[in-house]
Amino acid sequence: MTAAIEARNLSKTFGGERRWFGRARPPVCAVREVSFRVAAGETLGIVGESGCGKTTLARMLAGLLPPSGGRISVDGKEPRAGAGPWGGLVQYVFQDPLGALNPRKTIRQIMHAPLRHLLGMDAPAREARVAELFDAVNLHLAFLDRYPHEFSGGQAQRIGIARALAANPRIVVLDEPVSALDVSVQAQVLNLLADLRRAYHLTYLLISHDLAVVEAVSDRVAVLYCGAIVELADAAEVFARARHPYTRLLADSAPVPGRPPAAAAPGELPDAPTRGCAFAARCSRADAACRQRAPEPVYTRKENYVRCFRPLETPR
Amino acid sequence: MSGARFAASFAALGALLLRHRLAGLGALVLLVVAALAAAAPLLPLPNPDLTDLANRLQRPGAPGHPLGTDHLGRDLLARLVWGTRLSLAVGVFASLIAALAGSCIGIAAGFFGGRTDNLLMRGIDMLMAFPYILLALAIVAALGPGLLNALYAVAIVNIPFFARSVRGATAAIAHREFVDAARLAGMRNWRIIGGEILPNVAPVITIAMSTTIGWMILETAGLSFLGLGSQPPQADLGSMLGEGRNLLINAPHVSVVPGAMIFVVVVSINLLGDGVRDWLDPRLRAGQLSRPAAVTRIERADAGAAHRPDGALLQVRGLRTRFVSAGARTQYAVNGVDLTVDAGQCLGLIGESGSGKSVTALSLLGLAPSPPAVIGGGRVYLAGEDLLAADFERLRAIRGRRVAYIFQNPMAALHPLMTVGAQLTEAIRCHRRMPRQAALDEALGLLRQVRMPGAAARARQYPHELSGGMRQRVGIALALANAPELVIADEPTTALDVTVQAQILQLLAQLRRERNLALIFVTHDFAVLSQLCDRVAVMYAGRIVESGPTHDILARPAHPYTAGLIRCAPRLGGGRRPAAIPGLPPAADRLPRGCAFAPRCARRREACEAGKVASTRLSAARRVRCLYPLEAA
Repeated sequence: MTAAIEARNLSKTFGGERRWFGRARPPVCAVREVSFRVAAGETLGIVGESGCGKTTLARMLAGLLPPSGGRISVDGKEPRAGAGPWGGLVQYVFQDPLGALNPRKTIRQIMHAPLRHLLGMDAPAREARVAELFDAVNLHLAFLDRYPHEFSGGQAQRIGIARALAANPRIVVLDEPVSALDVSVQAQVLNLLADLRRAYHLTYLLISHDLAVVEAVSDRVAVLYCGAIVELADAAEVFARARHPYTRLLADSAPVPGRPPAAAAPGELPDAPTRGCAFAARCSRADAACRQRAPEPVYTRKENYVRCFRPLETPR
Repeated sequence: MSGARFAASFAALGALLLRHRLAGLGALVLLVVAALAAAAPLLPLPNPDLTDLANRLQRPGAPGHPLGTDHLGRDLLARLVWGTRLSLAVGVFASLIAALAGSCIGIAAGFFGGRTDNLLMRGIDMLMAFPYILLALAIVAALGPGLLNALYAVAIVNIPFFARSVRGATAAIAHREFVDAARLAGMRNWRIIGGEILPNVAPVITIAMSTTIGWMILETAGLSFLGLGSQPPQADLGSMLGEGRNLLINAPHVSVVPGAMIFVVVVSINLLGDGVRDWLDPRLRAGQLSRPAAVTRIERADAGAAHRPDGALLQVRGLRTRFVSAGARTQYAVNGVDLTVDAGQCLGLIGESGSGKSVTALSLLGLAPSPPAVIGGGRVYLAGEDLLAADFERLRAIRGRRVAYIFQNPMAALHPLMTVGAQLTEAIRCHRRMPRQAALDEALGLLRQVRMPGAAARARQYPHELSGGMRQRVGIALALANAPELVIADEPTTALDVTVQAQILQLLAQLRRERNLALIFVTHDFAVLSQLCDRVAVMYAGRIVESGPTHDILARPAHPYTAGLIRCAPRLGGGRRPAAIPGLPPAADRLPRGCAFAPRCARRREACEAGKVASTRLSAARRVRCLYPLEAA
């Protein structure tokens, strides 16, 4: 079976190139050797703290940013080098719903753009398709002649989702799709996304810092730390039976009503990755080996792995 | 005091109107001048280049020559009209050329960035390295004198101005999400530039044009004045001025007439340009640049009515805050809020954005920004003293001393140019006189209390050198600097990562225990709130809809909104899909007559929408504002 989307040793380094004058800027490794396969119809959640490379990874997967190393294939095909976005195959839903809509265009112009440029549809066909899409995301057609600033965050995010679906994508990258929305509206959008996934047979890559959102919506979850996947596991188990100490730290830090506040672990994301395991400095289980070499993935089940020399064994 | 503020806002409005009237006047004058210049061939004027030495240097008012004649006997009125026509045309075309070339360079540099940007902007820098008049002279010297060459010179000299402003605007837009969205919609670079970037930088270009076109006319006139622009006998304003220069004593009108015209044209263009800039630049509109007053405006409708404060540390009764701005509907943010906080107690104030929770927190010490905020009623008693009746000096003594704030974004709340230690020392010495060294020692003690790693070294650092979690620790240390009785924390962990959030929550819980601190914790997240707070007040549309002990409300919410708010957030380990609340919160400028939640409520009946719903007591500790509460308590 070919995966809907597959990443192999995907890396991205910023900086490092020589400037015209002066020394080279020190390279910053945003994403390091990320590999995963996502089956058609599956939702892969990607969690991590700010600065862990979530958005860089998402932008590479959507073709908005060329990778420095590694490969991405969609439906078993690789894009031409430097070809930019994948036509309509992979679409993107942005974190800031209003920032993703051009303030000087009407919603109609915004909705027609992918239909016109990607599918080459004529005006009547575009109108019909937009009506169909707005129906799918529960928006009123009267909104089409308004400008983005007239909408609330939740409505704007529905428009963003409708636009992402316009070009019949196979894969949708959801970059923190609900974090800018109000709590009561978050659930509406999450449920809408779940319904759309079934209706349009979509594959989702859901990027979020909110563990509860990721756990509730995903089939599998990848935990990102300093640009590398430290654990990839089924959503039902990843936090309940964490194997990587960092995953356990995340799960324990998340506030849960009725549970007393966690004894907070010290430390924060390091500025620059060190030799060996990037988490070693904050890890209570780290030994000399952890500080010497970076751990390789240890496969726990067919596609799932943990990148740790001394994973937690006991289920909680 | 409110009278003076009223007068100030009227003065601001007056200034705005005056400026717009001046812009209108500028537009009118410019229109008349431009119309005359455009109609020059149709007007019954003599040939401007026809010399008549017999009638040279006629004074204004001479028969047949209303403005007199120049040293060759040419009619000054005709020369003035034709000269203005030429000068205006040259100014406008130079401006258009500079805007076009500068914008192209600026957009290319800002959009493509990297090498392209470097190459283009260093070229622009080289242009700017020459004094502009020298550069213009050099260009004209290279191309040879002539009006067209002067036009090119003036345009080239002004390209850097356009390129730099447009590049800045483009670079700010090129990385916005809607540009990525356009790329994903299959649009190519040139289409993105034309369709997404250009409409958003067009105001910048227009503003730049409106402010430079006057300059360009002056610069062209300057070149002509030096004899490098229009060549005789052709008239433009600059060359007329130049020709009149030698006769300034004997026949001043020859130079005064074109000089006055240059003055009128440039002033009217600049006035119009100011108006255009005000209109297009949203930051300059309607007094938004004015600084908010030090205390929120207070216009209590219930000034006579007094409540009897009891022994609580903080007691809020019937607090109302609204936002009033000219030309917009009044936003009713806080509509009668009652709160009580005892010493050492932690109250969680929970609600969605727009529920009025932050405005409530800010109104307590008169920190809601005025304009546009107005406190319309209520009492805020701090240990029995009504803070809304206190004068500014009294409030200042309380702010930071007895009641302190912790803000959501510590980067914005800290001074970027002061070290952490200096800010803490300042906060301490603001309320307590003590030597600098003693204050610094105390500041280090505070940093240790908030578990800042390497406190002494961190005190010498600036906020940007700290991580988000450390910055919030500094924010907490600042709040604790003068051992307040009450701390109001407005979403202090929302901007932080989950592991850092856990650290900060733990720190707040510890400090509360150690110092017997009362805390008002404003948040939108029940899970975070439940970690820290004994009691919770749920806000919706500016009212408290339910209040009581946290664990009790979490287990058995009585208000349908509270129940929805608890259910709609997914919980770790919950393993279920969140249950959404349908609909949207009401807009604060058109609140429903009855229960504000009724339109979204499944339990709604007719009575809910008929009129105001009062808050009722459920048990000793719990209150709810609902006619048909869920089974609780």
